[in-house]
Order: sequence, then structure tokens, then C-alpha cells
Amino acid sequence: MAKVFARPESLVDMQSHYCPGCTHGIIHRLIAEVMDELKFADRAIGVAPVGCAVLGYMYFACDMHQAAHGRAPAVATGIKRVVPDGVVFTYQGDGDLASIGCAEIVHAAARGENITTIFVNNGIYGMTGGQMAPTTLPGDKTSTSPYGRDTHKQGFPIRVAEMLATLDGPAYIARVSVHSVPNIVRARRAIKKAFEYQIAGKGFTLVEVLSTCPTNWGLTPLEALDKVAKDMLPYYPLGEYKDIESGAGAKK
Amino acid sequence: MSERVLMKGNEAIAEAAIQAGCRFFFGYPITPQNELPEYMSRRMPQVEGTFLQAESEVAAINMVYGAAGAGARVMTSSSSPGISLKQEGISYLAGAELPAVIVNIVRGGPGLGSIQPSQGAYFQAVKGGGHGDYRLLVLAPANLQEAVDLVTEAFDLADLYRNPVLILGDGLLGQMMEPVEFRKLPSRELPPKTWATTGMRHHPHKNIINSLVLDAPGLEKHILHLQEKYARMNLHEQRAKSLHCADAEVVIVAYGSTARIAKTAVMSLRQSGLKVGLFRPVTLWPFPVNTLSELVPKVKAFLTVEMNAGQMVEDVKLAVNGARPVHFYGRMGGMVPTPEEISSECVRVLGGVR
Amino acid sequence: MTFEVVMAGFGGQGVMLMGQILAYAGMVHGKQVSWMPSYGPEMRGGTANCTVIVADEAVGSPVVAHPYAVVALNRPSLDKFESAVRPGGVLIYNESLISTPPTRSDIKVVAVAANQIADELGNVKVANMVALGALLEVTDLVPMECIIAALKKALPAHRQDMLAVNLAAIERGKQAAVIP
Repeated sequence: MAKVFARPESLVDMQSHYCPGCTHGIIHRLIAEVMDELKFADRAIGVAPVGCAVLGYMYFACDMHQAAHGRAPAVATGIKRVVPDGVVFTYQGDGDLASIGCAEIVHAAARGENITTIFVNNGIYGMTGGQMAPTTLPGDKTSTSPYGRDTHKQGFPIRVAEMLATLDGPAYIARVSVHSVPNIVRARRAIKKAFEYQIAGKGFTLVEVLSTCPTNWGLTPLEALDKVAKDMLPYYPLGEYKDIESGAGAKK
Repeated sequence: MSERVLMKGNEAIAEAAIQAGCRFFFGYPITPQNELPEYMSRRMPQVEGTFLQAESEVAAINMVYGAAGAGARVMTSSSSPGISLKQEGISYLAGAELPAVIVNIVRGGPGLGSIQPSQGAYFQAVKGGGHGDYRLLVLAPANLQEAVDLVTEAFDLADLYRNPVLILGDGLLGQMMEPVEFRKLPSRELPPKTWATTGMRHHPHKNIINSLVLDAPGLEKHILHLQEKYARMNLHEQRAKSLHCADAEVVIVAYGSTARIAKTAVMSLRQSGLKVGLFRPVTLWPFPVNTLSELVPKVKAFLTVEMNAGQMVEDVKLAVNGARPVHFYGRMGGMVPTPEEISSECVRVLGGVR
Repeated sequence: MTFEVVMAGFGGQGVMLMGQILAYAGMVHGKQVSWMPSYGPEMRGGTANCTVIVADEAVGSPVVAHPYAVVALNRPSLDKFESAVRPGGVLIYNESLISTPPTRSDIKVVAVAANQIADELGNVKVANMVALGALLEVTDLVPMECIIAALKKALPAHRQDMLAVNLAAIERGKQAAVIP
């Protein structure tokens, strides 16, 4: 019997610590599939963040470096400068990248650092117990915005893909989602393109992936997927915000 | 380069790093160490190395973290406020056991302080600075030739122990010029960096650079392993220099540029027939307890001189362990003690022991 | 033997370079030397000074409260450092920019019209070398061949044509240095 579905070789055969219904597993799998397809696992060096994916260094079957909170792009910069023919990626959440690591991601992007960032945006701090993130939607309740995010007092969410797309350094910036099968297929395509661009030496690439947190959102996994479609997509439109090949997002 | 050349301390330190095979430098401007990154920005392209001006000291030390993890000889430099920002990354480097050389050209603090020379970062350098049970090897040159030699050796020591090494200078050493010679030091046998994250094509198993150990017994085991390493460093790496200590009644204890000023004081006191010596720790961690405690039975009192409010004096007191009086004289805020001040303080202490 | 010299002037008068050339010449002469600048937040215009030490033994403190010699190229520098000169020491001052002479009588005071002489040589930038010449004449710190070697080192490749005017300035400074 022909085998039609298997664990990607670039994903370590072990049980992950992610909550049931969390979409981190899907995103890990997409990266591993692309590593298999483009055959770069033997020269990949991944950088794990602080946040839910802190143990990410265990799951990918390639060299991994665990970074301090928000610093993954700086760590990846150091690695890439030493191993220029390596394929270096960071895997970061919204607290890590869009809050404490804002300076590092902006400057890695501005330098056109030839690395790939997978930015997982679920609008909440997961690992620390559901606190407000820089990407938490207006009105959403979290453990540090118990009355709902009040934009007068707590400011507005940051649209990372749009913000970074204003820079000249990046080669490819896209926002995708994994709340439905067609979107997962598109997400895989974007992740593949990002890595292809890095391998071709085109510069900084980032794929923002809208993700869920059923546990801290207080929703079932299916309700959580619905919330992505209903609440997040209007605030965080999907699409390619910069592509130096097609000219998307290029300066007029 | 083997002839003697007149160089600024900051530039001599940078060239020494290049000569030691350092090919990666990540830094951020701050006075009084700016000549160091500036020199690196000129020199690194000539040796096919990488100079990168980071967006912050925090980013710079984390670039060092990545580059060190990938097995490179890597350096960063800064001055006090910038070194405070780097403490996060320094703790990670120590936890993940990565070799790197960090230069602190110390200026006055706390806060933004001043840009003048200070030794106010002693505690931060030798007692931690960042979080967790870790130690840095801390080397304190007193002249530029020693700075050059210690920087050269620092890269070997970092590789040998898989530990960050801190060069603790100050604005005086960074800004002054002295003749230096870049000489080959005897090279050590260093372990291969089989742990480096260079991609699995280079090694049979996946390499992970990490400082996270979530289970308590596992982290305790890791910390105990670090302590065992620090004990080895303490056993093998204590270094100090003595001057006129054999018959001294009072021994001045000073490091770095304060020690060279104290030396001028000792020489003039000796000319007046006073029995004064100088003990100069070269390693601040490990503190040279062994050689200092050997002096205790021969000496009547110690005088610690620092450009701070009294930091190393605590380690001197620990080494002397109450057996002799330990006096302190310090200037702060960028004020540099003069040989005359140190001499009169010494005479005061001598008067007390007679 | 230890000679400490403080050189002071406006930023841009070349006191740092003058000090470096003396230190380099001392090194070439086989002496122990150090050069230490004052450094502050101002990049231009403020007062600048450096301390050069030329010694037989390894240099201890690179900064000294009471140097053997002071070279003051402008009035604020003279005001600041006249009292610092060690009794029996030397004070060289730039007569071109300082109208009120120093008052100390326990030191050798030497006036040199550094800017005027430099102007006569067609390059006001070498006023620092005129003052250095005066210092060398009065103190005999290092032989001229060491100064020439230091100048060759200090001048970048595309400025080697400036060697002659710098040397001329030093010579004129030597001639002008008259102990009153």
C-alpha cells in the first residue's frame, strides 16, 4: 500500500507540549514540510523564541539555538553572518516579536538580513497565561485587559506585516492564516517562497501567520478558528505586503 | 606586525582581537570606547571579517550569542551603561557555555553618570551582573601592552573553558596611547567546537544552543557542572603582580589604571625610605586569593585603592580574613586619584602601624 | 628621569597631534612613553589638552597634577595650567594669542609667537610645531632625528609633502625660544 501521508522528516518524532487545538503544530509542520521539499534541513539553523514556542528547539530536526525574549532576529543575525550558506530562521510569537523584540525585528528587516522569520500572531501571551499582547484586538478580554482592550488606555494593535513592508530591506513580507484548509495551503506556499528567497540570497523574509489560542481565548478549538475568520481577518488582512520579484508593496 | 607602535588603548585592544583570530564584532557607539568599534569597522573588511553596528547593546550581545553559538571567535565592546544593557545576553552566554570576549571601558555611574574613567563596575563584573549562578573570567590590564596580551589570551581562555571572558578597562586605558607590540603568544591546545550550530551537514547529530532547563533537578545538575568549571578556573587562572612586597609593611592593593598610579606612589615612597609595596590583581575573577593571602603574615596593613566607593576592598577583606587591617581610599565619578593622594594616604596608614 | 608635559589649546590648534609626535619621538628614542588626552562631550571648539610622559622607567600614572612642562597655545590654557607647573619647570606660551605674560618666577617662562611664525611660513596650522620646537630647545627631550621619524609616521601618505614646512616650523620655534 502506498503511503500518502507521513510525518515530515524535518520534524522530530515526539509529542509536543502545545495545547489541544492550538495551531502551532500546523505551522511547525508547514516549516518542516518546506525543509523536506527544499532539502535544506542539513544546513538549517533555527532560532526558538521565548513564549509558547520556547521548546521549539526540540521539535525541528535541524540545529537550533534558543534565544532570549525578543532577541531571535539578533541571534539569527549573528548565526547568519558566521554561516552565510546556512538557512537561518526565527520562529517568534506576537509578544516576543511585536512587543519586547520590536527593535530587533525592525532592524533585522531594515538591514535586509538574509534570514526568514515565521511570526505567529494569535493576539495573546499564551505561555504566561493569557495576558494582553501588542496584537490583541480592541475590546478583547485578556488577563491584563479584563474589561476588554481599551484603545484609549492601552493603545492599538500593531500590524507587523504592513509596518515592516514600508522598509526597503525586506524581500518578502506576507500575512497568511491557518484557520482553514485552503488557507493552510496558501500559508505553506508563502513559507516556501520565503525560504526560497533566503536560499537565493534575496534578503529578509517574514511570514506572519494568524493563529489561535483556544486555551487563553476560552474557546473550543473550532470556535477559535471561527474567531480568526470573524474577528482577526478584518483587522489583519491576508496577502503579500512586499515581494521584490512581483513588485508587491514596492514604492510607487 | 612585530614592531612597537604607538596606539590608543581602544584601538590596540581591537587590533589584538584581530590578531587573535576574531573575525566578528558587534557593537554600538558609547563614549569612551568609540575608537574600538570604529577601528573594527576599518579593519574587519581588510581581513574578510564582519563588523556590524547593532541597533542597541542588547541586540549586539545577542548577535554575539548567535555568532558564538555558530562557533566563531566574536567580540563586543561597550562602556558601563551599555554593559548594563548587555547583562541579559552575558547571562545567556554563561548559561549556554559559549566563548566570547566582552570589553568594558568603564566610565562613571550610576545611571548615565559621566564619561570619565571609573572602576564602579567591579561588582557587576565579578559578582554576576546578570541573573543566575555564573561567573565570567575577568581580566584587568594596567597598561596597553598587557591589554594587548590579555585580549590575545582571552580568546583562548574563552574557548578553553567555553565561557565568556570580560576585559575590564576604563576610560584612561581606552583613551591613552602607549607603545605596544603584537606578539605571538604560546598557543594552547583547544577543544574542537563540535557543539556549534553550523548545520547538520557538519556533524552527525542535531546541535542545540540553549540555556533553558525546565526541570529543577536538571537545572541543578547544570549549575553544579558550571560550578565545577568555575572551580577549575579558580584553581588555574588566578593571576597577580607584586612590586616591592617582600619587605613591605603596607601593601597597596589596586588594579587596572589605578594600579599604575599607585605604582608611581610606591616608587616615590620607596625613595623616601618607606617600606611600601603594590599588589595588583590581573584577574579580578578568579580573585588572586592565593598570592594575596601569602602576603598576610609579612605585612602590617593593606590599603585598597580604587576609582569607586569601595568594591574590590570586599574581596581583599575576604582574602585577608580579618588577620590584618584593610584600609580603603577611593575617588569616584571620574575623578582619578593622584600619586600624591595615594602616597599621603599610605603614610597615614603607615603611621598607624608603627 | 621622567618628563611630564601638558599641551593645551583650542580644539583645532593641533595640541593632540603635537603630543602624539612627541610621544612617538620618545618611543623612537628608546624611552618609555604615554599620551593621554582630555576627553569630553564637545567635539569642536572647546579647550583640548593632552599629557605626554617621556621616561626611562615604565610610565606609572599617565596623568599628573604638576607636570614638568606646560605648553599653552591660548589664554584659557595658560590660565588653567600656569599654576600647575612644577617649581623649576618650564612654561612655553603662545605670545601671538596671549597678551598678558605669565607671572610665575620660580619656573622658566618662554614666549614664542607661534601663530605669527607659522603665518610667516605660510601655514598657520604649523603653529603647534613652532611651539614644539620651542619646547625641544628648552628641554632637550628628544633628538631631532627622532622627531623627524615621528613626523614621517604621523603624516599620512598624501601629506608627506607637509614634512618640510613642519620641520621648518620646529626649527623656527627652536630659534625663537628665548629664555627671558
